[in-house]
Amino acid sequence: MAEKLLNWDEVLIGGVIKDPGNSKQYETGSWRVERPVWNPDTCIQCMFCWVYCPDSAIKVDENGKMAGIDYTYCKGCGICVEQCPSKPKSLKMILEAEAKGKTEEELRKEVFSSEK
Amino acid sequence: MALLNELAKKKEGLVSGHRLCPGCTHSVIMRQVFAAADTDKYDIVVAAATGCFEVSSGLYPYTSWNVPWIHSAFENAASTISGVEAMYRVWKKKGKTNKDIRFIAVASDGGTYDIGLQALSGAIERGHQFLYICNDNNAYQNTGNQRSSATPFGGSTTTSPNGKVKFGKEQPRKDIMSVIEGHHLPYAAQASPSNWRDLMNKVKKALDVNGPTYINVIEPCTTGWGFPPNMAIEMAQLAVDTCVWPLYEVINGKVVINYKPKKKLPVTEYLKPQKRFAHLFKKGNEYLIEEFQRQVDAHWEWLLKREECGIEYGVTKE
Repeated sequence: MAEKLLNWDEVLIGGVIKDPGNSKQYETGSWRVERPVWNPDTCIQCMFCWVYCPDSAIKVDENGKMAGIDYTYCKGCGICVEQCPSKPKSLKMILEAEAKGKTEEELRKEVFSSEK
Repeated sequence: MALLNELAKKKEGLVSGHRLCPGCTHSVIMRQVFAAADTDKYDIVVAAATGCFEVSSGLYPYTSWNVPWIHSAFENAASTISGVEAMYRVWKKKGKTNKDIRFIAVASDGGTYDIGLQALSGAIERGHQFLYICNDNNAYQNTGNQRSSATPFGGSTTTSPNGKVKFGKEQPRKDIMSVIEGHHLPYAAQASPSNWRDLMNKVKKALDVNGPTYINVIEPCTTGWGFPPNMAIEMAQLAVDTCVWPLYEVINGKVVINYKPKKKLPVTEYLKPQKRFAHLFKKGNEYLIEEFQRQVDAHWEWLLKREECGIEYGVTKE
């Protein structure tokens, strides 16, 4: 939620919202029960995860390549994992509880170590 | 069509932070629409009808839209966008603007098939230049899965529940595409987010048409249909592969089928993973699945024949 609700005389006529895309202040990542973990070594950069992500939570670098997952907004639906075509899959779901207190790199090693 | 890497570099028209359920494809469809739109050439203005997408992406004081967006009521997305478009044309005539702007109205099936139908019909008849996108999730999912005229035969909803006497919705879906075609508009199409390239091509084509256009998109709803969130795109793909949701376009009345499954799957493949159809698989209800299959086959055959005959509207309007 916003830090402070608007007063009646601050609300614009017609309920106009002045800042486009300000819903970014609302971090939907807190909804997550499971989280996807990405393995760049097997990723084939098909960008299917990007085109199918409902929450625009796939980070894209300046070359238009997949650069990781934005855990601030990822709701953990798992569509990216389901649609990942690489073999073995470069994305895997783990429980959020298991990810607690670990860095992304540590998680990556833990989840994908069996495949190398 | 550009590669996905190229499209990923574009500025997003719909940003994160909207409160759609995890695994909801409303935003997937809209992101694909924005990816398809040639935003270097023109600007986009969107009008929305009330529905899941509107309440979750325009929750005051937040908005997930990076483009001008307007919402007024449930029934009038099409009339709202007509008004905006009419004003733009007057401004252009008077020299107040020289921008190229394209207009999109977004609604779900409740705001298109039922409540918004007369506004949509009027807007198409008047010939405004806009693209109407219907995200069809087969019921009023925003208020908790009530039956709409888009609910398929046999589908169980809170207002058409299955029980000892009834088996869910008794009527087949409304064939909205035929209703829309009846207006003799230049372009109408049916698409699915699972086939993103096809959807993007259709959006691109529709935005360049000078006149009203309509795209009907399937929008699998994880809570209403009852399947796990990660299956959303797969459900859309199954609907396409079983011909429950044929991908086709109607160009001046001429039907072009964009995707013919190599092996047409039986409808059970589509029905099985969904809780709303679970009762169809109970003993003694086999006739319902047969009826469902018969309806799907009949519609598919009809489409194939229409494509074969390749005839345009008798009367067209520009």
